[in-house]
Amino acid sequence: MKRRTKTAAAAVLMIAFTFLVLFLFQALLVPKYMSGVREGALIQEYYRETTKHDVIFIGDCEVYENISPVTLWEEYGITSYIRGSAQQLVWQSYYLLEETLKYEKPDVVVFNVLSMKYNEPQNEAYNRMTLDGMKWSSSKAQSVKVSMTGDENFASYVFPLLRFHSRWSELTKEDFRYMFSRDTVSHNGYLMQVGTKPVTTMPKTEILDNYSFGENAWQYLEKITDICRENGIKLVLMKAPTIYPVWYEQWEKQIEEYADKNDLLYYNFLETMDEAGIDLTTDTYDAGLHLNVEGAEKLSKYFGKILVQECGLSDNRKDEALSEVWREKICAYEAEKEQKYRESEQSGNNQKG
Amino acid sequence: MLFTSLEFILFILGVFVLYYIVPKRFQWKLLLIANVFFYACAGIGGMVFMGVTIVTSYAATVCMDRLQKKADNCIQSQKGIWTKEERKAYKKQVKKRKRNILLDCLFINIGILAILKYTNFAIANINGIAAAFTGNGVLAYTDFVLPLGISFYTFQTMGYVIDVYRGKAEAERNIFKMALFVSFFPQLIQGPISRFGELKETLYKEHNFVFKNVLFGVERILWGYFKKLVIADRILVAVNTIIGQPSEYYGFYVFLGMIFYAVELYADFTGGIDITIGIAQVLGINLTENFERPYFSKSIAEYWRRWHITMGAWFRDYIYYPMSASVPVMKLSTFTRKHFGEAVGRRLPVYLVMFTVWFATGIWHGASWNFIVWGLLNCTVILISQECRPLYEKFHAKFPKLKDKCGYKCFQIIRTILLMSVLRLLDCYRNVPMTFCMFSTMFTRFNIGSVLGGGLLTLGITVYDYAVVGLGVMLLFMVSMLQRKGSVRERLYEKSVVVQYFAVLFLLVAIIIFGAYGIGYDANQFIYNQF
Repeated sequence: MKRRTKTAAAAVLMIAFTFLVLFLFQALLVPKYMSGVREGALIQEYYRETTKHDVIFIGDCEVYENISPVTLWEEYGITSYIRGSAQQLVWQSYYLLEETLKYEKPDVVVFNVLSMKYNEPQNEAYNRMTLDGMKWSSSKAQSVKVSMTGDENFASYVFPLLRFHSRWSELTKEDFRYMFSRDTVSHNGYLMQVGTKPVTTMPKTEILDNYSFGENAWQYLEKITDICRENGIKLVLMKAPTIYPVWYEQWEKQIEEYADKNDLLYYNFLETMDEAGIDLTTDTYDAGLHLNVEGAEKLSKYFGKILVQECGLSDNRKDEALSEVWREKICAYEAEKEQKYRESEQSGNNQKG
Repeated sequence: MLFTSLEFILFILGVFVLYYIVPKRFQWKLLLIANVFFYACAGIGGMVFMGVTIVTSYAATVCMDRLQKKADNCIQSQKGIWTKEERKAYKKQVKKRKRNILLDCLFINIGILAILKYTNFAIANINGIAAAFTGNGVLAYTDFVLPLGISFYTFQTMGYVIDVYRGKAEAERNIFKMALFVSFFPQLIQGPISRFGELKETLYKEHNFVFKNVLFGVERILWGYFKKLVIADRILVAVNTIIGQPSEYYGFYVFLGMIFYAVELYADFTGGIDITIGIAQVLGINLTENFERPYFSKSIAEYWRRWHITMGAWFRDYIYYPMSASVPVMKLSTFTRKHFGEAVGRRLPVYLVMFTVWFATGIWHGASWNFIVWGLLNCTVILISQECRPLYEKFHAKFPKLKDKCGYKCFQIIRTILLMSVLRLLDCYRNVPMTFCMFSTMFTRFNIGSVLGGGLLTLGITVYDYAVVGLGVMLLFMVSMLQRKGSVRERLYEKSVVVQYFAVLFLLVAIIIFGAYGIGYDANQFIYNQF
């Protein structure tokens, strides 16, 4: 009996040690996204939030590079968070929202409609950036299932080591430094970019075979609408004021019809750029794909006003506890802005400077 | 289901657990269900052909067995009544009936294999000849899908049918047990080609969970995956680059490709066999060994006794021996001795039989001329070396101490590896004229400087990959050296549990970290699967 117990204990110990070793290798080998492609770090930062939010933004780079939650707070006292990620697909937005609702119930959800153009899983690297950062839940499992491209498998999401094992030959100091903890790279999901690269050419409008959004995309937009309705959340649709990639008239019409039919607010900021004061010769850092921090702040000021007026959001700045939290966020935001300006000036990128 | 896929690993884990949970009398039935599932994953169509092989072989063996038993009883009952001639005539009659059954069975099964595997090859040749005269091919190609492991299970089953015919094996009366023998999933992909008499000893037996067996099996499986994923699939990229772009990669690249392919093929094939034998061992089933450190062979003949042993033995037992002892060959032997003298006459029939066997070996590997030429060249090298034996003996008589010198042994080993590697170029390029052309560039287009001066890094693998393969090959070599003194696992088993655990952990971590699998690597089937 004693021997059997000893054997069992040894077996358990060995199995535990095996998992520990594999866990350590996994921690070392998974990408950290702390420099270079920082977009991969966005999704997991949400879990560090200690307060609830009035507004949750979901969508692709058109939200996480064009909206500044700090400006929304400073100007209107709106608390918000961007659950955005690179090339976030509609179903990923839906499952992120479903997961978010397990943590909090915002008054407003804003969904950027550019991703409606995708009806199929697109790219493994972008999937990883959206999905690996999510905590395990039924939402993540479902999102993985519907997002996988042909050469991916579910097990590699459960054990990312199976996907990233080959990174052993490209390890850097960053991988060792951030094995167990990561820095915060965003400001409530906003990825700050400075510098100016003005728009010099307008995008070529290629003729498409079919302008109708796909069935899958519609199905998940429908789901987003339903889940918001069920939870008494106001859903707002938006299209960011960036001219790349092309946003077709035909797409615009479909979204307008959908918004009308479902009694949703829809704002295409491409049409109100002048009103918002956005100038794509100064407010974009990559020639019209995304806004720089000045552009994002302008858009946030403009959008914040709409949110207050149309969605009845109240000013939270009088809340001491919240103000304390946001004071720290503002400090971090300003510090990064200052540092980035300095770096940009040094490298001569900021033509505005 | 690829052996290297996660699905397969989950599948075998499920089989292992269920195998030791179910009542022991159901173990073989569980394996049969597992076989059906495994085979169905490769396509339901293939199951039809395997079904035909199982049913026809079952019917043939049972009929032959019944016939033989009936004949034995009859002879017994007629003892003292029949004359010697009557008994002889009756035996002859029974043998003829058995032979007819055997031939029918062979005709059906070899026919299926031939039609599915060789129709397009035949059409290509007919079209080639027709094109030479008319400028156009005359026949359309077929799009038959080759069922998984058809060459292996057909050979294994036909071996069994012939054994029953010869009275060397008893016919299995339970068709489901017979089906299990034909379809045993670990060996379907690339062998080994088992003999019924040996396999049945453990295949149908009830097995207790024996820790040592399971541990040894798991160790062997891990070792197989290490060879396949860490070495073979990593060097494969370089091999494919060299073979795929002959206009760019010639001269010394061909030499490198040849050596890389030798490493890849060995790690791939022996790795697959390790996985197969390891799985069987976990289940308590003993499979025949298929390799005995073939790269330590000092001659081609020795190499073929140590490489793909079960295939060589199959060709020896079911083609070489029967052909050598057949009436036409005997008659030919008499004829040649009479007309060409003892020395030549004795050799000619043997050579003919050997060329036939090697032709069959070549075409078994693939339905194309490169494999046939490869087989015939192997035979030629073996025969030349046989014919040169007096010369060697003379040489060694002059230098008697040389044979035992380590340097000379190394020379013999390297010579064998190089010879085998050169012949395998036919397997690499899969085109006879192209192979000879590329081989000749090794001696006509010298580019060793550019290859070593950065060319190696244009082959699709990095310095790190070379380092991993290099270390992997060193480990392979060390293990092979240790194996010469006995089983490495037995020796490891004598060490403390901690040492054993760390050995297994090392292999597991090495496979997971350094294995060439997942996104960025193509899922590679084992090379021998295509044969």
